[in-house]
Amino acid sequence: MTAALPLDRVEVRAAVADGDELRHDLRLIAEMVEPGARVLDIGCGDGALLAYLTRRKGVDGRGIELSQSGVNACVGHGLSVIQGDADRDLDAYPAGAFDIVVLSQTLQATREPRRVMEALVRIGRRAIVSFPNFGFWRTRLGLLLRGRMPMSELLPHPWYETPNIHLCTIHDFVALCDEIGVAVERSVALDRQGRPYALDPRGGLANLLAEQGIFVLRGQSAGEMSRSAPAAGRPKLPPQG
Amino acid sequence: MSTIAFRRRSRSDHDWPGHRLTVRDPLRLDCGIDFGPFTIAYQTYGRLNADRSNAILICHALTGDQYAADPHPITGKPGWWETLVGAGGVLDTERYFLICANVLGGCMGTTGPQDIDPATSEPWALSFPVITVHDMVRAQKRLVEHLGIDSLFCVIGGSMGGMQVLQWAASYPESVFSAVPIATAARHSAQNIAFHEVGRQAIMADPDWCGGRYLSLGRKPSRGLAVARMTAHVTYLSEAALHRKFGRNLQDRHAVTYGFDADFQVESYLRHQGSTFVDRFDANSYLYITRAMDYFDLAAEHDGSLRQAFAGTRSRFCVISFTSDWLFPTSESRQLVRALNAVAANVSFVEIATENGHDAFLLHEPELFETLRGFLTGCAEHRGLTR
Repeated sequence: MTAALPLDRVEVRAAVADGDELRHDLRLIAEMVEPGARVLDIGCGDGALLAYLTRRKGVDGRGIELSQSGVNACVGHGLSVIQGDADRDLDAYPAGAFDIVVLSQTLQATREPRRVMEALVRIGRRAIVSFPNFGFWRTRLGLLLRGRMPMSELLPHPWYETPNIHLCTIHDFVALCDEIGVAVERSVALDRQGRPYALDPRGGLANLLAEQGIFVLRGQSAGEMSRSAPAAGRPKLPPQG
Repeated sequence: MSTIAFRRRSRSDHDWPGHRLTVRDPLRLDCGIDFGPFTIAYQTYGRLNADRSNAILICHALTGDQYAADPHPITGKPGWWETLVGAGGVLDTERYFLICANVLGGCMGTTGPQDIDPATSEPWALSFPVITVHDMVRAQKRLVEHLGIDSLFCVIGGSMGGMQVLQWAASYPESVFSAVPIATAARHSAQNIAFHEVGRQAIMADPDWCGGRYLSLGRKPSRGLAVARMTAHVTYLSEAALHRKFGRNLQDRHAVTYGFDADFQVESYLRHQGSTFVDRFDANSYLYITRAMDYFDLAAEHDGSLRQAFAGTRSRFCVISFTSDWLFPTSESRQLVRALNAVAANVSFVEIATENGHDAFLLHEPELFETLRGFLTGCAEHRGLTR
């Protein structure tokens, strides 16, 4: 394992490294990361979150990004980023390599979300996943009234060229977590303005009112591994603000 | 008419500029021989800081040498990495202390097969021990120790230089703060060994090679070496680059001549590459260095596990490949990155889009420069290096 390097002196010159300029969901994710953590940001884009975490929280940050221009920009700004994708490149990492693995607004674009989710909680002690909620009322209403595939700020592509091939609702997501034995430690629902709400992700409101959800997940460590762990037996999620 | 013309040129290698280190304590080579004393010829640029923490070792490729940023003493051409090295450059001589040494087995001042074997007072020729990339790195380690440097800020190089970078990172991880292997692989592929074998056979088929004893006999296998270079040179380019540069254009004529002159520009170009190469390179050196590359297989040193080669590493890696490089394709770099990820190493990986093929690492590639500058600056901040 790589030991943490002295990071206090590090100054990262990324395009966006100021918290005020971070996307709403990224700012919330950043708040969930403890200082000095080993963080892997999958789909790190231009490195905004990584740069922020490195500068403000002294994390030992790594990134994976699909677009070559994104990777080159990140590395050019002193971030440790590789070109790759969530479907193909997570298997290489050892279990528990990171304290936190972040997958923001990327799950819906993966080929095999279930495998990706399993990989996330394997290589990270915790995973933070954010995704657009297809159960959002405007999405539902748009489809109901207009009869057209929904498009929004979060889902800006027409159906024929969208990279988002595996969209899901918050309920779908929680059901998958249950199915593969992933514990939801915390969840936040974001409305259209990016305001966070602590809504029970298993309730109807979150699924209706959240434009996107952010989930903190934890896999079962080898010690407590039990394939048949009943999902229903999990403790209720503490509300978060 | 259809063959290549050569200039006669005598090699007098001992008045070439630069530093020389005589290593007296013999080096145990992979082949089992204790080799020495021997000489390492090297160049330095910039100044070593008081902490001795700003040294960058530049590793050269197969036909490169220590003159990374000086005019070549034989050809007079600019240094092979002059685009990167300089005050304010990517390899900033105001900030870093750069070292570049001719590899063991080379022909620009470091001991190689063209030098005199003290036992026989004849040139070594084929009695020179077969050396490996690991041996080259062992020799460099002696030089770095001689310079009083415990830990290199960075080891950087392309192609065979990249192999040395990987060997450094695997063999002396505590001495490598950061590593930049460019356009390289953790092992030489079958295809690459095949091309090297073509080159070696071309040299050996030249009657002037004389079983390797050409120097003692006052001869020079220029034709064989030129053909080896021509073959290799094609592998350094890409189909797209060749097409863009030459297409099917004819050389100083309007029609084909129905003969074997260099009708096409691409032929003329390759012949030129071949004939100028023999002025500056020794044929036996070419045999030995290509062999060292062929033998390179980092995983083999670690029970077949590449990840094991890097287990526990704390070095920061920046792996770089080029889209049109078919000699060391991106897939090789990706394999390396996966092995590094498997041990949770700190690794960046950039594939640069270019038509320039394998040779891209020697050329003006703005994106390469930007990547290197960003990576090195980030590392320098982690290392606490100030300007």
